[in-house]
Amino acid sequence: MAVKQVNPTRMELSKLKKKLNTATRGHKLLKDKRDELMRQFLELVKENKALRIRVEEGIRKANSDFVLAKASMSDETLKAALLAPKQEVYVTQGFKNVMSVDIPQFSYTTRTPDENDIYSYGFAFTSADLDDAVKSLSDILPDLIKLAEVEKSCQLMAAEIEKTRRRVNALEHVMIPQTQEQIRYIVRKLDENERSTQTRLMKVKDMMLQQAHGY
Amino acid sequence: MYKIAVFGDKESVYGFSALGLDAYYTESPEKDILAFKKLCSNQNYSIIYVTEAAAVILEKEIEKFREEPSPAIILIPGVKGNTGEGLSAVSRSVEKAVGSDIFNS
Repeated sequence: MAVKQVNPTRMELSKLKKKLNTATRGHKLLKDKRDELMRQFLELVKENKALRIRVEEGIRKANSDFVLAKASMSDETLKAALLAPKQEVYVTQGFKNVMSVDIPQFSYTTRTPDENDIYSYGFAFTSADLDDAVKSLSDILPDLIKLAEVEKSCQLMAAEIEKTRRRVNALEHVMIPQTQEQIRYIVRKLDENERSTQTRLMKVKDMMLQQAHGY
Repeated sequence: MYKIAVFGDKESVYGFSALGLDAYYTESPEKDILAFKKLCSNQNYSIIYVTEAAAVILEKEIEKFREEPSPAIILIPGVKGNTGEGLSAVSRSVEKAVGSDIFNS
């Protein structure tokens, strides 16, 4: 690995030691974050899959009801029946912080509390199949909104997990080994310097003894 | 207070308008992309359901909002049947997070 050149000084050494300390601590924290995110993500994804299968089944049923309704009514009456909806759905969006990911929390309210307001037409000129179709759609609405919440959370968490994993890997495989290598280099260099000073001093001492006493 | 939009071909989404969701119909690919962009930038909607059939041409736009906190863009099957795109989007999330799709292998 190509190691960046560093000054072999004591100051640099203590700086690098501090850096290594921070990196190791950060690595441990990020690893914990990744593991916990992953655990929650897997739970959420399981829920997401189950919800999606349920919702898709519900929509399939509603759609087949609508096709039946369409078959027994003229296009115009059907259009007129659904032209002016009585009911409206409002969503309030809150956020829940899971391991620094803001996942959305949806709760919905309808404009009127009367659950029969989903039928925006008189019953005289429309077929009963239309009622069934609208009812079956309205039955899956809570699941549909829950699905939106869970699926969005999954997407956001997946992105965060990917980011965290990259950070963990960068610290583990690049940053930490590189810093360790630099620290080793400086320690060796300083030791070498000390040894060379030592031998120089010994040599000087020998020379001085030689001069003074003729040893 | 936010609202919910449904985007797709007429047959698939007109039922949702009875429930009080805002239905938007597809017309032609170029117009759809424009309409969808407008829908996404509209701050009034926090959830947008898109039929799988309509999502094919809107893939790029949908991808852009995958990592945004809002709006949530969710695929639903249309009247023409289920293409499985919705479930495979979930699998893609798993693949992104875990590295491989551990639920379907």
